[in-house]
Amino acid sequence: MNFVRFLKNSIGASLLLCALSPAAVKAQTDQDAIMMMKNNFCVGPVYNYGSWKNYWEGTLKRENLNLGKVSTQTYSVMGNYGITSKLNVLFNMPYVKTNATAGTLHGLKGFQDLSLWLKWMPYEKDWGNSTFSIYGVGGVSFPTTNYVADFLPLSIGLHSTNFSGRIIADYQVGDFFVTGSGTYTYRTNIKIDRTSYYTDQMHQTNKVDMPDVAVYNLRAGYRTHFLIAEAVVTRQTTLGGFDIRRNDMPFPSNRMNMTAVGAGFKYTVKSLPALSIIGGGNHVVAGRNVGQSTSFYGGIFYVLNFSHAKKTSQDPKQN
Amino acid sequence: MWSSCNKDTADRTDNLAPLNAANIDLNAGTWKPILLSRPDTFAVATPLAVNNVNYVAELNEIKGYQKNLSGEQKNNIKYWAAGGVLRWNEIMRDLTAKYNLPPYQNADGSYPIPNSANPFAYPLFPFANPPYAARAYAYISAAQYDALVACWYYKKLYNRPAPYKTDSSIQAMVTKTDLPSYPSEAAVLAGVTAEMMKLLFPTEIANVQQKAIDQENAAVMSGAATRSDIVAGEALGRTIAQQFVARGRTDKAGAAGGTPAQWAQLEADCAAKGEIPWYSLEFPKRNPMLPFFGNVKTFLFDSATRVSLLPPPPPLTKSDQMKQETEEVLSYVKNPTRENTRIVHFWADGAGTYTPPGHWDAIAAEDFILKNFSEVRWARNMALLNMSVMDAGIVCWFTKYYYYNPRPSQMNPEIKTLTGIPNFPSYISGHSTFSGAAYTILAHILPENAAKYTAMANEASMSRLIGGIHYRSDCAVGLTVGENVGAYAIARAKTDGAE
Repeated sequence: MNFVRFLKNSIGASLLLCALSPAAVKAQTDQDAIMMMKNNFCVGPVYNYGSWKNYWEGTLKRENLNLGKVSTQTYSVMGNYGITSKLNVLFNMPYVKTNATAGTLHGLKGFQDLSLWLKWMPYEKDWGNSTFSIYGVGGVSFPTTNYVADFLPLSIGLHSTNFSGRIIADYQVGDFFVTGSGTYTYRTNIKIDRTSYYTDQMHQTNKVDMPDVAVYNLRAGYRTHFLIAEAVVTRQTTLGGFDIRRNDMPFPSNRMNMTAVGAGFKYTVKSLPALSIIGGGNHVVAGRNVGQSTSFYGGIFYVLNFSHAKKTSQDPKQN
Repeated sequence: MWSSCNKDTADRTDNLAPLNAANIDLNAGTWKPILLSRPDTFAVATPLAVNNVNYVAELNEIKGYQKNLSGEQKNNIKYWAAGGVLRWNEIMRDLTAKYNLPPYQNADGSYPIPNSANPFAYPLFPFANPPYAARAYAYISAAQYDALVACWYYKKLYNRPAPYKTDSSIQAMVTKTDLPSYPSEAAVLAGVTAEMMKLLFPTEIANVQQKAIDQENAAVMSGAATRSDIVAGEALGRTIAQQFVARGRTDKAGAAGGTPAQWAQLEADCAAKGEIPWYSLEFPKRNPMLPFFGNVKTFLFDSATRVSLLPPPPPLTKSDQMKQETEEVLSYVKNPTRENTRIVHFWADGAGTYTPPGHWDAIAAEDFILKNFSEVRWARNMALLNMSVMDAGIVCWFTKYYYYNPRPSQMNPEIKTLTGIPNFPSYISGHSTFSGAAYTILAHILPENAAKYTAMANEASMSRLIGGIHYRSDCAVGLTVGENVGAYAIARAKTDGAE
């Protein structure tokens, strides 16, 4: 039986958002080495809560008594459909709500970016009790509403349209696995409500050039049919952008970098194998122009089998 | 760092055509200056005749440059050819945004004060907040105007033709005009502006000096001015700037920050009237922004007039009207529409921006570009605008600290705002006062745009109410006070000889 185990995250958007904005780094299906079988559709809600008190103003770590604790709640619906057992399509649609406990700034809320991915497994090799596989993931995410990007750290997103490409390699020995991936995300310019803004110089335009982003993700742990438990390290580097100036507010095109560590699990209910529960957390350990976010997530997924055959799907690595 | 190249997202003024004055305003030397008593207060020596061997050598300098212009030099010519007053105004907006950051607090919760005697130490001098910025734009614009009036006076007096007119082998990389070239208006602007920076942005003197050299080089290389046009122009500009610097050092802006004892007195005076005094909503509580800026010397009227422009008091803090107005603010921020948020952010002009005075300069500049004003008329119109806005700021600050009225979020902490709350009392709204003064004089300068400017000022004013940081009274009265100040700018405009 297989399943999906992922998080609310959309490609660049929410990872980046980790920035001084919402969301935190999370495990997610578009980053893992698990495929749905043909005609199976796994879908469910995921909730994420992330918050921070400290953030990096450029490279300087500080608190801000006029923000207090900044939190982001994300309610997502995620899904993964097996076109074939080697080609999956995935989506994620989050609703995001932000809040600051101190100061007077108004939190924001709204539907954020719809993410879509195609995930392909071109190579898989078994020998003995080990398996090696390679995946390619192509994604797009785009804002579904005209939400405000230029109100960090309380914006619900950055409002760019993102195109991402990712390579994943996975190795499983017995009940243990390690997965590594690298992602490049191209981000389009955004438009803000102001007609000018200052980065490290004045810009007399409402268009903001958004630097691209590279993300490396390494995950390892225990993986069987009914239980996955893993540790995750994520490193995000923004390929350009500028540092927040001393005591200035953040801006969408800041150089938002971070390293996060986390853990996650996925449990499949034995008496009802179409049902699975996920949970976990992440913590940012180093960063630049981002909040030092700690986040927790939980979700429930259910697998619907649309194939003519009655038997449930199988993940080759989890027999 | 300010040049228009090297950007992935183009600026609106990156690719302007060279300024092509519809009227060269040859008689602008008769226009009424602001500080100077006469246009010829400072002498400019008679230039060499165009057939003098030393002048011919100056023409050869231009020809030498024009034989081998690099791409960078051509870009520099193109950049400055769009207009010196425009480019310096853009540079001023850049500097204002760069320096418009509130200082971070000390470990003991107090705030460090930027110090003009030690400007490179944190917090950098200046903190270019709205009143500081309003004054800086006004001084620069007023000084540029006086310097160009003097420049035009000598241009007409000496009537030396531009190099490209004297020598047909010199290419004009700017628009050809009949305006005499001695002294060079580009060099006058370079000199006057560079000199003003010593007062306004002392940590930027070196960068601005480089800009001044760029502007002068552009004038020579483009065939618009010879070396002696430049030397005479820069000297004239710097000399006239010193008049404004001297005024600026004694206009009471230096004392505008006040002392802790004075801050306490403001609060006590308000409480003694039975009113709830304003307090800072920042953590830790920040000292009020330039509480004595209201005493700064105005440009358009005297200090007695400034007092006469003080509006009647705001609703009493314990009155039903105040309660209703606070309720109204809350109603706007409870579930703001996207359009309201757009308006609030469009006009926010808060920390890290060029401030509301800079925003009005940007609005004006974009329209002035379309009007093909001569440099001297550009300077005159920007001076009228910025003196109007500065004086409006002075009356506004005088009012704010006279009444010391609390912000809506102080009266009701449930009010969460769509933009940052500025750190000074509520009544009257700075945005509204600045905007009232700005639209009034702009509507006089460009009557065909009057309806547009009026609508913009109203929107700017209301943006503070729907953003949750001002009561309706603050906005409405602020707009009126701004209009009243703007009337003084119009009165000056009608009598300065330019209309």
